[in-house]
Amino acid sequence: MSEKKQQVSRRQFLNYTLTGVGGFMAAGLLVSPLRMAIDPVLQKSTHGDLANVSLAVGDITTEPTRVDWKIDQVDGWYESQVSKSAWVFKDENDEIQAFSPVCKHLGCVVSWEGSEDFPNEFYCPCHDGRYYKDGTNVPGTPPLAPLDVFEREVRDGMLFLGEAKPKGEA
Amino acid sequence: MLQKIYDWIDDRVDITPIWRDIADHEVPEHVNPAHHFSAFVYCFGGLTFFVVVIQILSGMFLTMYYVPDIENAWRSVYYLQTEVAHGQIVRGMHHWGASVVIVMLLLHTLRVFFQGAYKKPRELNWMVGVLLFFVMLGLGFTGYLLPWDNKAYFATQVGLEIAEQVPFIGVQLKTLLAGDASIVGAQTLTRFFAIHVFFLPAALFGLLAAHFILIRRQGISGPL
Ligand code: HEM
Ligand code: FES
Repeated sequence: MSEKKQQVSRRQFLNYTLTGVGGFMAAGLLVSPLRMAIDPVLQKSTHGDLANVSLAVGDITTEPTRVDWKIDQVDGWYESQVSKSAWVFKDENDEIQAFSPVCKHLGCVVSWEGSEDFPNEFYCPCHDGRYYKDGTNVPGTPPLAPLDVFEREVRDGMLFLGEAKPKGEA
Repeated sequence: MLQKIYDWIDDRVDITPIWRDIADHEVPEHVNPAHHFSAFVYCFGGLTFFVVVIQILSGMFLTMYYVPDIENAWRSVYYLQTEVAHGQIVRGMHHWGASVVIVMLLLHTLRVFFQGAYKKPRELNWMVGVLLFFVMLGLGFTGYLLPWDNKAYFATQVGLEIAEQVPFIGVQLKTLLAGDASIVGAQTLTRFFAIHVFFLPAALFGLLAAHFILIRRQGISGPL
């Protein structure tokens, strides 16, 4: 066969068409299942309302105190009430702070002065994670980021809290 | 009678070469513990497979009672464990087998490593083995959530946080696994169930087949 006239042989032609058609069918078969599987990743994060945590602003002291409240949570087809908690206090500028108790290392629960050895700090018992009072992680302990900060608002003298976001974003 | 049935089939479809090819071959002397007791180290691969078979069988029977729903999962496990005759044993097989299989896998890997059996031409099978290891860890991770008790819930919470640490795609990866960006709940349990019972076992079968075909092609590595 000459160099210029590159004929496609019957065998090649059949190979190409069968692979093409087969690939097309396989792809068609997989589109919907894959789209369904990744749906949660593509969902826009729903923005919940702020919730009244039943704490009067006047009762907030400079000592971080644990506040618990409930929100309505929609988890796919399952609706329920779930408890949330925050460490709430007034900082030196008299501003209200509300930190998420979820450790930024691997998600255990931190407590204010949770260890006698580390006064004036948030402490995580799981791997000795520590945070200063302003939520910043103590360098050299496992957490790599400051505690998340709740969206907060005062309405009629009561504290309302929303979602916890990484410090700096809230 | 059985012989007659066999002959009747063999006469028509010639099945003897098929099973001969799979089953009829000599065990080399250096891997036979009856010759050299120290050859017991060659058993760990087979033991791993044996425990995998136990996991698959016990798992299949567990799904007769188990319900992947957050309202009922724990109750269904509790029921099969306390009310169903021998349920405790079947769950125990699956529960303890899940740990034993990892131990066997590690011993098998150590044998291959210290004997240098992964060297040319068996590099590919080492890679298949590494994938098998990840699939097995995945089965352990996803199965652990299924009883939906406190330990399961918080272990998964922590496991998902670890997934979130993966560079660049961590957040998406966590959502993909959990079925929700922030909740470990109804959608997480159904996902983990599907992965545990369908997706990973399918991957496991494929990899095991590749593993065994490669062994038959290449033979077991020679004596040290
Ligand atoms: C190497 C293979 C497997 C491993 C390592 C594994 C591991 C696990 C683990 C660690 C649990 C939690 C058990 C407990 O905490 O008591 C579990 C539960 C479960 N697994 Fe598997 N599994 C495997 C294969 C399978 C297969 C093939 C099926 C089904 C076809 C299956 C079905 C289930 C079910 C229904 C449960 C929930 C019941 C329970 O928690 O006792 N598993 N698995
Ligand atoms: S989870 Fe808090 S220190 Fe590790």
